[in-house]
Amino acid sequence: MRSHNTRNRWFSIILALSAWPILVSRAAEPGPDTAPTRDAGLAAWQQVYSVLTHPRCINCHTATNYPQQGDDRHRHTFNVTRGPGGKGVPGLNCATCHQGANADSAGVPGAYNWHLAPLSMKWQDVKDKILSSAQVCQSITDRSKNDNLDGTGILRHHKQEPLVLWAFDPGRRRDGTARSLPPLTHDQFVAATETWVEAGMPCPQNP
Amino acid sequence: MGTFRLHVNGQVKEVNADPGTPLLWVLREDLKMTGTKYGCGISACGACTVHVAGIATRSCVVPVSLVGDRPVVTIEGIGNDPVGRAVQETWISEDVVQCGYCQSGQIMSAVALLKSRPKPTDANIEESMGGNICRCGTYVRIRKAIQAAAQRLS
Repeated sequence: MRSHNTRNRWFSIILALSAWPILVSRAAEPGPDTAPTRDAGLAAWQQVYSVLTHPRCINCHTATNYPQQGDDRHRHTFNVTRGPGGKGVPGLNCATCHQGANADSAGVPGAYNWHLAPLSMKWQDVKDKILSSAQVCQSITDRSKNDNLDGTGILRHHKQEPLVLWAFDPGRRRDGTARSLPPLTHDQFVAATETWVEAGMPCPQNP
Repeated sequence: MGTFRLHVNGQVKEVNADPGTPLLWVLREDLKMTGTKYGCGISACGACTVHVAGIATRSCVVPVSLVGDRPVVTIEGIGNDPVGRAVQETWISEDVVQCGYCQSGQIMSAVALLKSRPKPTDANIEESMGGNICRCGTYVRIRKAIQAAAQRLS
């Protein structure tokens, strides 16, 4: 009886040891219940970055005292300025022209609470050169700059913020043609953000 | 078509219009308030400026369905406001107007500026009035009249 128990114990130990390499290799792979790897997170970030730096988004994430317009990102016409709260100046607020919805008959885009992003969320320099992927990533993950948003907050912003949603439904230009769209659909953008957040919001190292 | 109750110059006005009809056309065609002018129809000249909830707004790009309960003030009603009255008076004393077509929009933007900035600098005026175009080029007199109104109100 005793020898039977001993044999069983040794059998269990050998079985456990033989399974160890399999368990280790499984732990390194993303499974349905595990977080994406850093590499997957970085790849997802590049997708997010491609949207953030599209004209529909970056035109209002300037480092200057004014917004931009169009796919060529030219300075907004009419001497429009940022103003103290990012909503223009009295007499020429963003809401002077930009209403709660696109005005396709006039070619004026619109969405709820049209405004510029704060200067801390600039994604270009004062010469309108787009910041690198690493620089934008560092800014967007810095809670002292991003309105104190954690990963969940950033994801919610990308999912729900009316101006983010507008970028994927930007209406028509004055000549009746459709404004260009970011390189991802909104669903793809949210999914990429989700992967990046779940991976721990990794940022590229190179500036 | 839909029925919309608008608050214009302190009065409730009921209009039947397509929801997408610009506020400008409701003011001019339905309410016969023709002081607000049609210039470009694309929010590029400022002639159609009115106040919506106190914000200078291009009425040519505001669908009537988006106005809601927000009070609308037009050039016909701005004289009831002390700032509006002062601006109208200095517009006359400084002899600002040449052809006059853009001037109701200019006055509405100037009033919005002075209500927020009672003592504007020339730079403030240029920033705030940049969207109001005057083909006669009366900009120098406009700036002078705004400064005179600010002085009168101080």
